[in-house]
Amino acid sequence: MHSALLKKLIIACLAMFAFAFALVPLYDVFCQVTGLNGKPSLEVAKASSRVDENRLVDVSFTTHAQQGAPFDVSAEQFKVTVKPGEVTKVAFSAANLSQQARVMQAIPSVSPGIASKYLHKMACFCFNQQPMKAGEKQDFELMFYVDTALPSEIEELTLSYTLFDITEQSQQVALEASQDEPTSMETSDE
Amino acid sequence: MSSIVNPHDHGHDDHHGAPSGFKRWLFTTNHKDIGSLYLIFALAMFIIGGAMAMVIRAELFQPGLQLVDPHFFNQMTTVHGLIMVFGAVMPAFTGLANWMIPMMIGAPDMALPRMNNWSFWILPFAFAMLLFSLFMEGGGPAFGWTFYAPLSTTYSNDNTALFVFAVHIMGISSIMGAINVVVTIVNLRAPGMTWMKLPLFVWTWLITAFLLIAVMPVLAGAVTMVLTDKYFGTSFFDAAGGGDPVMFQHIFWFFGHPEVYIMILPAFGVISTIVPTFSHKKLFGYASMVYATASIALLSFVVWAHHMFTTGMPLAGELFFMYATMLISVPTGVKVFNWVATMWRGAISFEVPMLFSIAFIVLFTLGGFSGLMLAITPADFQYHDTYFVVAHFHYVLVTGAVFSIMAAAYYWLPKWTGHMFNETLAKWHFWLSLISVNVLFFPMHFVGLAGMPRRIPDYALQFADFNAIISIGGFAFGLSQLLFVYVVYRCVKGGDAAPAKVWDGAEGLEWEVPSPAPYHTFSTPPEIK
Amino acid sequence: MKAYRFAVGWLAAMLPTAALSNSDYNMRQGVTDISQQVYDLHMTIFLICCAIGVVVFAIMFWAIIHHRKSKGVTPAQFHESTKVEILWTAIPFVILIAMAVPATKTLIAMEDTSKADITIKVTGSQWKWHYEYMGEGVDFYSVMSTSQDQISDKEAKGENYLLEVDKPLVIPTGKKVRFLMTSDDVIHSWWVPDFAVKKDANPGFINEAWTRVNDEGIYRGQCAELCGKDHGFMPVVVEAKSPEDFDVWLASQKSAKLEAEQASAALLDQTLPKDELMAEGETVYMAYCAACHQPTGLGLPGVFPAMKGSPVVTGPINDHIDIILHGRPGTAMQAFAKQLSIKQIAGVVTFKRNTWGNDTGDVVQPSQVQARLDAKQEEGK
Repeated sequence: MHSALLKKLIIACLAMFAFAFALVPLYDVFCQVTGLNGKPSLEVAKASSRVDENRLVDVSFTTHAQQGAPFDVSAEQFKVTVKPGEVTKVAFSAANLSQQARVMQAIPSVSPGIASKYLHKMACFCFNQQPMKAGEKQDFELMFYVDTALPSEIEELTLSYTLFDITEQSQQVALEASQDEPTSMETSDE
Repeated sequence: MSSIVNPHDHGHDDHHGAPSGFKRWLFTTNHKDIGSLYLIFALAMFIIGGAMAMVIRAELFQPGLQLVDPHFFNQMTTVHGLIMVFGAVMPAFTGLANWMIPMMIGAPDMALPRMNNWSFWILPFAFAMLLFSLFMEGGGPAFGWTFYAPLSTTYSNDNTALFVFAVHIMGISSIMGAINVVVTIVNLRAPGMTWMKLPLFVWTWLITAFLLIAVMPVLAGAVTMVLTDKYFGTSFFDAAGGGDPVMFQHIFWFFGHPEVYIMILPAFGVISTIVPTFSHKKLFGYASMVYATASIALLSFVVWAHHMFTTGMPLAGELFFMYATMLISVPTGVKVFNWVATMWRGAISFEVPMLFSIAFIVLFTLGGFSGLMLAITPADFQYHDTYFVVAHFHYVLVTGAVFSIMAAAYYWLPKWTGHMFNETLAKWHFWLSLISVNVLFFPMHFVGLAGMPRRIPDYALQFADFNAIISIGGFAFGLSQLLFVYVVYRCVKGGDAAPAKVWDGAEGLEWEVPSPAPYHTFSTPPEIK
Repeated sequence: MKAYRFAVGWLAAMLPTAALSNSDYNMRQGVTDISQQVYDLHMTIFLICCAIGVVVFAIMFWAIIHHRKSKGVTPAQFHESTKVEILWTAIPFVILIAMAVPATKTLIAMEDTSKADITIKVTGSQWKWHYEYMGEGVDFYSVMSTSQDQISDKEAKGENYLLEVDKPLVIPTGKKVRFLMTSDDVIHSWWVPDFAVKKDANPGFINEAWTRVNDEGIYRGQCAELCGKDHGFMPVVVEAKSPEDFDVWLASQKSAKLEAEQASAALLDQTLPKDELMAEGETVYMAYCAACHQPTGLGLPGVFPAMKGSPVVTGPINDHIDIILHGRPGTAMQAFAKQLSIKQIAGVVTFKRNTWGNDTGDVVQPSQVQARLDAKQEEGK
């Protein structure tokens, strides 16, 4: 008499436990759709077909080496003014400040969060893990455009990169990381 | 399944030998024994968690660091929260459910008595483990009961594993308890006990049990992710590996907000039972009470992010969660109005359970008002993580949940023990608690509004006067509870014999069995007209 | 009778507003248009709640007084009324809508994404704030300046106890200042009550908030999100200056930065005496290190390692310097390369290696620290 109900309830429990983990990918999807938390897409975007000539948007860049990450990355210009739809290139110079080979992962974040949906990156050093030799200096290029659909009340947006040292996590894949899909990245699958 | 419970009519126990000593309690499958165990355990945890609150209030009595270092202070706030939520309030309600639900629905026992035994007996291990971690090198959890990542992952000490396992066990215990409640209520109601005849305490517990089944596994998932992030190199909450620390808060509060209602819905049930008894009048709006409870439970799933307005959300998100949260005050208001309407033109008498219930209605509503204020997003930016929040949730949980538990204890103690409690002492306990609890929590609104953040071991000088008053209220409230322990102890040991129907206005099946309730009740189901 | 009624009415109307407006008991009205709006909103909701409370509890206490059993009343029999129940579901609904309208307006005003005049990046770390004036090349750390002696009651507490810093954030009045929040380690929350700005600083992510301050002055706040041991000792102090004064200040910061660089460069050729380094080191240790490693050098077992007899402190000098410069990833040990000057680092390394019974006798010069900063792969392990 009880076992049928008991079984249902236990299945409900297990389903909810699984749901907790399902929330992880769901959250990412949710972020992409709503721009929650300024989590931009890590996909390579296609060029825009249209340029909005009547509007200018400020895009500023900032980088931040996470505690202990021995990297210094800075954009050539702190701020660029772009027309929505226009593809813009920004040069970044990066350096490994340590005396060891390290692997850098840059995590992009956009503010205001809602704007992350409208900032499309066509080339970015954040797409891949970046192995850097001891003391090495590298130049990166960011290629992006702002979607013409960007809500008109947004006049200014910021693209921030947080630099993480992921040498330990990526020891095995460090060598081919520049060509391959970074395997330790969860969000880069989709 | 009722075959598991021995169908004997008499008050003796011949199912597993003469009940005696430790073994009776360890192996018991009797709902009344397990109910008592839960209640005693909750009381013990209430005292331990209260002792930690005393440490917190002693340190905050004046500015400067006098007694404990900030790291230990953080452990105290964390473990105080965990113990009060998972060790005191939830087990107390489970204890009440164990004792009363079978008696209220005319069932011989809980549906799954062995699981019932298990769900209680794993609890002491969980809390032993949690308390033990306080004495290990590095100390216990110090990241708040909400254990936000990455403070609880990368930046916590190695004893975090103990915390994780303790929470897992608490969760399993609650889930088993909840499953038992659902199966009991669905399957073991006496013939004629239709859904809309269920006592409200049973209704609220049924809904609570569904909430528990829905969200405790999510908490288990969250702590599991903390565990793997910390020890096994996953990065659910670590931005370096593509994770997101804010996601932790979403998952946590998806559990956390329904959890708040888990702690208050049974309280609504208790108050809805006691108020009609002492108003000598039927509960006003039974059906709307049931619907209000259900809608509060449903709404609780779509408001979680109101705990996170400052984490940075799109405007649309902020508006949605603000509106949804404000909406909860409608069914909650309906409940309060119904209780007042029940008292209206009744013949009210003021026994101790009623005193606690009236205090509940007033003070819980106060906590509801501050909750409504907190829902207003722009104002929440100022209230968030200040003592205003601390005041809010203590009004809801102490003068709300805990007062209702005390009301319930005084209400059913004579039924459990067969003795009347000492009414004079109990009234002393009530008045002392009522006054001190307000001295304790009311000024917290002021310091919070004036800008004192929560979870700080030391504060700026302008908060000093209020904090001294708060601490005095705290010590007084803490000491008053020792009186409660004494009243309960005296009542268990002896006192005037209680009649079957202890309170003349009471209704319900539990008052049809003698006091103390025999070891086995309703082995033959009663007839409900 | 009329006078009596008038007095009661007047008291009821004035009490909450008079007693609670901008006092130590209430939310601050603050110094921005937004904070004023938030305050008004807070008072509106508060007074509505008070009004509801008065009505509901008046009815309840009326029942408690008049419908008591001891008066010998017979209880009524009613126990439901669809009409009344619909009514008291609908009325709160209307009240809620009345509350939601101003709340929504204020919220939309707060989420203004138009161009700002100045952008400041605020980075939280355990347990200090870092401010960077973006595009200006000015950045600095802001650390609580209340002494340990005041906290441990050995010294009288100052007026701004726990709410004072060594270097406050300076912003201009009347301009839209945008704050970009992020964190170096755990989640912090940057809060200035007078601006009604509270925003979480999440590691790896960026958040934004803005303010436009009307009045010059010094405004104090605190970290509002539990961030570990010294969460309570992480104040925010903002000084609002007139735009002219602000420009002067910003220029002085730029020149001061140049001077500091020159002073550091000059140090490279010098050999400082041990006493000077030890004194420098002790000051730095107490300000930056003692929060975790403790003034006694004993650390907190299981949480923060001891300095006394530590294998790092008594081991190779270069490794010791490197850890201070770059921190230890994944632990609470921060990178101090940008927080401290080479002289300060040289001092603190010398101090640690010759205190608490650590008797290596090493004296580390600023040039050695600079050498580690400049070190290239040829020195690599």
